[in-house]
Amino acid sequence: MATKKTVPFNGTEEQKAKLLGVIAELKDQQGALMPVLQEAQKIYGYLPIEVQKIISDEMEIPMEKIYGVVTFYAQFSLYPKGKYNISVCLGTACYVKGSGDIYDKLQEILEIGGGECTADGKFSLEACRCIGACGLAPVMTVNEDVYGRLTVDQIKDILAKYE
Amino acid sequence: MADINVKINGIAVSVPKGTTVLEAAHKAGVDIPTFCYMKEINEIGACRICMVEINEGRGFRMVAACVYPINYDNTEIRTNSPKVLDSRRKTLELILSTHDRKCLSCVRSGNCELQALCNEMGIEDETVYEGEKPSYEVDDSAVHMWRDNNKCILCRRCTAVCAKWQGVGVIGANERGFKTNIGSAFEMGLGDTSCVSCGQCIAVCPVGALSEKDYVDDVFKALADENKTVIVQTAPAVRAAIGEEFGFEIGTNTEGKMAAALRRLGFDKVFDTDWAADLTIMEEATEFVERFTKGGTLPLITSCSPGWVKYCEHYFPDMTENLSSCKSPHQMQGAVIKTYWAEKNGIDPKDIVVVSIMPCTAKKFEITRPDECGAGVPDVDYVLTTRELARMIRRAGLKFASLPDEDFDNPLGLSSGAGDIFGATGGVMEAALRTAYCWLSGNNEEVVEFHEVRGTDGIKRSTVNINGTEIKVAVASGLANARTLLKRVQSGEEKVDFIEIMACPGGCVNGGGQPQQPASVRNFLDLRSERAKALYGEDAAKTLRLSHLNKDVQALYDEYLEKPGSHKAHELLHTTYIKRTIN
Repeated sequence: MATKKTVPFNGTEEQKAKLLGVIAELKDQQGALMPVLQEAQKIYGYLPIEVQKIISDEMEIPMEKIYGVVTFYAQFSLYPKGKYNISVCLGTACYVKGSGDIYDKLQEILEIGGGECTADGKFSLEACRCIGACGLAPVMTVNEDVYGRLTVDQIKDILAKYE
Repeated sequence: MADINVKINGIAVSVPKGTTVLEAAHKAGVDIPTFCYMKEINEIGACRICMVEINEGRGFRMVAACVYPINYDNTEIRTNSPKVLDSRRKTLELILSTHDRKCLSCVRSGNCELQALCNEMGIEDETVYEGEKPSYEVDDSAVHMWRDNNKCILCRRCTAVCAKWQGVGVIGANERGFKTNIGSAFEMGLGDTSCVSCGQCIAVCPVGALSEKDYVDDVFKALADENKTVIVQTAPAVRAAIGEEFGFEIGTNTEGKMAAALRRLGFDKVFDTDWAADLTIMEEATEFVERFTKGGTLPLITSCSPGWVKYCEHYFPDMTENLSSCKSPHQMQGAVIKTYWAEKNGIDPKDIVVVSIMPCTAKKFEITRPDECGAGVPDVDYVLTTRELARMIRRAGLKFASLPDEDFDNPLGLSSGAGDIFGATGGVMEAALRTAYCWLSGNNEEVVEFHEVRGTDGIKRSTVNINGTEIKVAVASGLANARTLLKRVQSGEEKVDFIEIMACPGGCVNGGGQPQQPASVRNFLDLRSERAKALYGEDAAKTLRLSHLNKDVQALYDEYLEKPGSHKAHELLHTTYIKRTIN
């Protein structure tokens, strides 16, 4: 569920033109909403209210129906990725080693929920399943950097490294 | 197609091929409970409460009765075997595991489909699957209703009526699994969406998740205030349905007992909105003749239904000029009570409280609109739904069924049969046509019935020829039907002069504020036509059947307003509209 306002929408006219093209192409097909949403997410990286509004107006589908689909499928995101995307492994090995607490701590410090992005666009947070580093459990990644054998009290210092 | 022989719990019935198990069982006199199922608009087989055992020749297995078609001869069905009852009970227990079980303080207590079924199924422990529960804030952002998702059982009837009957679709299922909840896009409050306030979602909700904002206590308080003159008026459709709350058969007109009950509740005057329906016809027919003969914006579209008006403002803002500028009847009545009647009786309008009893939740929104204050104070102070009036009657300890039949007070209680039928789809159109016919034909007292605009079809059309003048009319009820019609009018595919639109399918008799009937009744009986019969019956039995012959309406014009469409009539009885956006 959306818990707070996120990064301001910065969609360009080019992106909009591209989306309108996709809609025009797919509009009359049965079940066009899913492919349109997939393409829209490719274009914008996520599906904020501004994008869903365009789709709603153009396809004459109530925005609630679109939002219902977007929040149902894990593949769709309402939030952009931050400059640094944090991914916490909640796979079995990491989870039993306490990655749930790591995930909670990150949400607490960043004041965002899973799948969301901080208002300054710096950090986004998501949960993932096994990344194949069970020996290092619990594990999280910040963009390409991997952090293993984590404890909750390390989190603050790790975040401080990213400008 | 040849019928198929089926045995339901050993009882032989024959049904057409393709009949659902639910319908076949109904034919055999067996009830199967349903939550999610609504014929034609929500056939999703999702709630699993209707599971039954079926044997199509290869042994018994479980299927959802509401959507499973019977296609084979000699099919056997068990609807009450231990396996079926066990499944039903487990499904109920699972629903209860996340349900806010505050039955004692729930508005639906005694009239809740979940509660009734738990009772029938002999649920002994509602906490058997106790665990984590979702917790939601009550959405009170809309003017007319509350949504308490803690009581929602996710049947999706509300979302089906909103999207499919009304073509609005501002509520739907968000998220998935345990987090699934009914809400609006981006967690907007209902009041921030383009919800039209029709209340159909409330009327079909099986539990206490959706309810109108209740003003019963406020009205009791006003009645107890000795400095206030408290006046009540009742819409046509209320008398056709309130009896259902007190054990009367569906479609019974209990007008007399309703008037008696209102008097015993302590209202100083018991007036009838049907009177203002006659007044509306005078204004609206005048407006139509004016536009039709002088080249004004056509088609003229009726404005009695505030759900429709709000829909027009959100979804067809370019057509607000087509809306009749007439206020809806209860607003007109309120304006007349606080001016004409107040002056006649020497009462300051500020000391008058007007309470409208309506089959409608959108009227609760309507009284908050700008430009609905004919006397400089709100025309109407409180709108109570039919259901709220029933609550008042029960709370006051009145034995409704044994009350005598009483009349309305006059002068604002007299109505023609034309005013009475305002509560059914096509009724406003017929009332207007009756008067227009008299005016244009010169035969002032001839009653002509217009049967083509009656009935529950979503869109009805007729061409009326009055003394060589052809008038094309159309009637739509249910906003999805209205949308279909208006799109055709906008594109020029269809030319119409006068349109009646009511937001609720079947018109006000099936309004969002009417008594809630459970799925076991709704799915097998057409509430729209049964309740409408009560109004057409009242009309047929009356001598006065033409709005323009209502002597008390005539007196209002003679003594106060001069003539229909006059400057003063416009000040009091007409309103303005707003162009809104879709959210």
